[in-house]
Amino acid sequence: MPEPQLTEPLLSVRDFSVVYDVDPPVAAVRDVTLELQRGEILGLAGESGCGKTTLAYGVQRLLKAPAVITGGSVVFHDTSGETIDVNALDAEHMRRFRWDKISMVFQGAMNALNPVATIGSQLADVFEVHRPEMTRKQRRAEVEELLEIVKVGRDRIRSFPHELSGGMRQRVMIAMALALRPQLMVMDEPTTALDVLVQREILRQISQLRHEFGFSVIFITHDLPLLLEISDRIAIMREGEIVELQSAEGIWSNPQHEYTRRLLESFPRLTGERGVVVR
Amino acid sequence: MSVLEFDRISKIYNVRGAGHMKALDDVSFTLESGRTIGLVGQSGSGKSTIAKILTQLETPTTGEIRLDGARIPRRGRGLRKYRQQLRMVFQDPFASLNPYHSIRYHIERPLRLDDVVPAKETEREVRRLLERVQLAPDTVIDRRPHELSGGQRQRVAIARALASRPKLLVADEPVSMLDVSLRLGVLNLLADLQREEGLGVLYITHDLATARHFSDEIIVLNQGRIVEQGTADDVILNPQHPYTRELRAASPDPENWFPTKHGGTSPDASTSGGAR
Amino acid sequence: MSAVEPQILDARQGDALEVGTTATTAGGRSRVPWRFLANRAVFYLFTLWAAITINFFLPRLMKGDAVDQYLARNRNVSPEAADALRSLLGLDTDKTLLQQYFDYWGLMFRGDLGISLLHGMRPVTEVISQALPWTIGLVGFATIVSFAIGTIGGAFVGWRRGSRLDALVPLTTFLSTIPYFWLGLLAIAAFSVNLRWFPIGKAYGVGMRPEWSAEFIGQVIHHGTLPAVTIVIASLGGWMLGMRNMMLTVLDEDYITVAQAKGMPNRRVLWRYAARNAVLPQIQSFALSIGFIVGGTIVMEMVFSYPGVGKLLLDATNAKDYALMQGVFLVITLSVLVANLLADLAYAFLDPRTRQTEA
Repeated sequence: MPEPQLTEPLLSVRDFSVVYDVDPPVAAVRDVTLELQRGEILGLAGESGCGKTTLAYGVQRLLKAPAVITGGSVVFHDTSGETIDVNALDAEHMRRFRWDKISMVFQGAMNALNPVATIGSQLADVFEVHRPEMTRKQRRAEVEELLEIVKVGRDRIRSFPHELSGGMRQRVMIAMALALRPQLMVMDEPTTALDVLVQREILRQISQLRHEFGFSVIFITHDLPLLLEISDRIAIMREGEIVELQSAEGIWSNPQHEYTRRLLESFPRLTGERGVVVR
Repeated sequence: MSVLEFDRISKIYNVRGAGHMKALDDVSFTLESGRTIGLVGQSGSGKSTIAKILTQLETPTTGEIRLDGARIPRRGRGLRKYRQQLRMVFQDPFASLNPYHSIRYHIERPLRLDDVVPAKETEREVRRLLERVQLAPDTVIDRRPHELSGGQRQRVAIARALASRPKLLVADEPVSMLDVSLRLGVLNLLADLQREEGLGVLYITHDLATARHFSDEIIVLNQGRIVEQGTADDVILNPQHPYTRELRAASPDPENWFPTKHGGTSPDASTSGGAR
Repeated sequence: MSAVEPQILDARQGDALEVGTTATTAGGRSRVPWRFLANRAVFYLFTLWAAITINFFLPRLMKGDAVDQYLARNRNVSPEAADALRSLLGLDTDKTLLQQYFDYWGLMFRGDLGISLLHGMRPVTEVISQALPWTIGLVGFATIVSFAIGTIGGAFVGWRRGSRLDALVPLTTFLSTIPYFWLGLLAIAAFSVNLRWFPIGKAYGVGMRPEWSAEFIGQVIHHGTLPAVTIVIASLGGWMLGMRNMMLTVLDEDYITVAQAKGMPNRRVLWRYAARNAVLPQIQSFALSIGFIVGGTIVMEMVFSYPGVGKLLLDATNAKDYALMQGVFLVITLSVLVANLLADLAYAFLDPRTRQTEA
């Protein structure tokens, strides 16, 4: 078994393009190329319609009609050494790939959880489907542990989604994404609907989990100041293209692209100079 | 010059089967023409309740609201007059405009209902209002809300609010549903209008950063109570109350983040080696 | 200036993320939504009381002469039965209204609905209880089958939106627009008269008496097939359309995308995530339709000469057997209420959000 190339990137995306096949057709993602390193947090910033969510869904082949992948490659470099061409996987292999290698934390856990099923069962069915060799007792133990890890508590295993607060639901989503110990977690605006205090708690939690479990993160949001604090590198997207990609510090102190500068200026400084709004 | 006094207001809701819920507890503040108050609070803090009470959609359980010294009437013509003078801009520009009607209709309506200008001047006034919010009248006046962008819709909502020439404006999260690059534009518009019309503005938000830049004074609300009050810079840069300190620490602040990348409250310690 | 480590000083229950929780304790909570059920039970009891009271007033609002004459024509009535009839039909005007009301309720509690003058002076309750099982059995069975096929079919059609299965919806809807009597007669003509596969009508063969024997049950099934099948065909469209539409709405929800992202196999997403949510409004419709079972199948019973409640009511109306009519009305009301209560129960168990009225 060849040694896994740990200096290799985890995910290589090359010339990736997605078009919405409507009339007139909309190019949602245009020739995007980026490489995600192991253990890195990559921030994906942009305004609505820039294509960041389409890109994130696209690399996992989660897009629905009328979205069509029109070109490019997505290659996943598994820790086992295997190189997986995501676009070439057949339906069954894709299904197994999902959640096991790459998982996702969705926005607005309000609707992201099945309202008629307990959160315990929604966590357990991940194991039922992906780890069929586990017994029911083992599954339950795993679910309880996950709930404890995200600090929701194992006694909530039979609660329904509507009985939990927004912050707790988001933590359940994180637990769900963590279940199979994936190598990459894609997070789509995971804290946007939450209060600032709750948001900070969740981010702290994510950071802690990263240390413990070592996964990479693609963090999608429009909140650039937030990304500046938590990301290693940030990709700024606009109209389907990545206009700038560099380290967080670089974006802050030395933005290259004019759009990046504009975006930065849109966020008034909490503690810096006043004058952004002319009074 | 107008003064709105929110005097020791409490609001208690009866929740069926679960007793009482105190949404507001002894809240007092004064809103004056020409000044902006930023009302900062997270969800459940009571800020929406304050907005509802100001627009008389809810009545306070105890306490009084006074406009220029006189109590706000609860019904009838007096209430109508009051509502003319205090207008609200809502958070969701899509939901606050009727998708069936044109922009012209939206702005005409308050003009006609409140007899702001004589009938033959209505069209001219509609155009004037649209220009004030930096929208070219011909491009939007005959359109329907879904044909406009989010920023344009919010400007229409502001124009509509200004139609009856109010003295006071309540803006409830006016930019949080807009695209990031449009937000400052709309806030600056509100600031311009305030200066030119001498409005008193209550800016309700959960975002500390915009509250600081947009307001003269900030009130911090937590679970129905005012925990801190002061000038914007004082409250944000020098918070006294623990809750305000928490809020500030939790808000993203790249300016402070980059020079001090180690230890403390770093939410992610990947670049800083093991603080957590 | 460095930021201060946030400290949670206010007394809150649990941590900051507990704000907004509707149930702050887990476990120890009953799974049965008692309060919700109690609420519904009170409501239905009230409705029942109102229905019986209206039933009390109805004949008293009619012109009494017709009833009087009718009673006068039929002599062989025992004194107790005559009293009961007078109370039921509003003829006991020698008592005060309040007294009449109390006596009426007395009859209700004793289960005495009077006697049927049309059916040989037998008690109304006995007459109705002979016809009721046929109606409930056949029509109830057919409705359940129709609901099941329509709902499951609708789930499939909705899941495979845009496929050829879509054609099933207009097809079944078309079938349900065919006037039922015509469908029934057509079925009889084709399968009973021409092919001689099924008998022409009635619930069982002439000369047989109802009993628990294999032969009798065999006859019941044989006779009941055509009516049941025609009912199913006529009502399938509605269920399928309703379920399919709900499926389309549900499939747009985020939790479906999440389920697929989790790598759930299609079968699981279809049934446990989508259909399970889409079926909820269908249950409400089902409740309504159950209510109509008891009273609404006159046409079927006429076409197939089926000895159910519908036919009973029709005959009673023609013969002006007021006591029997009243009795049937009451039974219909009662069954609608029971059906609705059962549906509420089912809904409460199926949708955990209704139990929120507990918190």
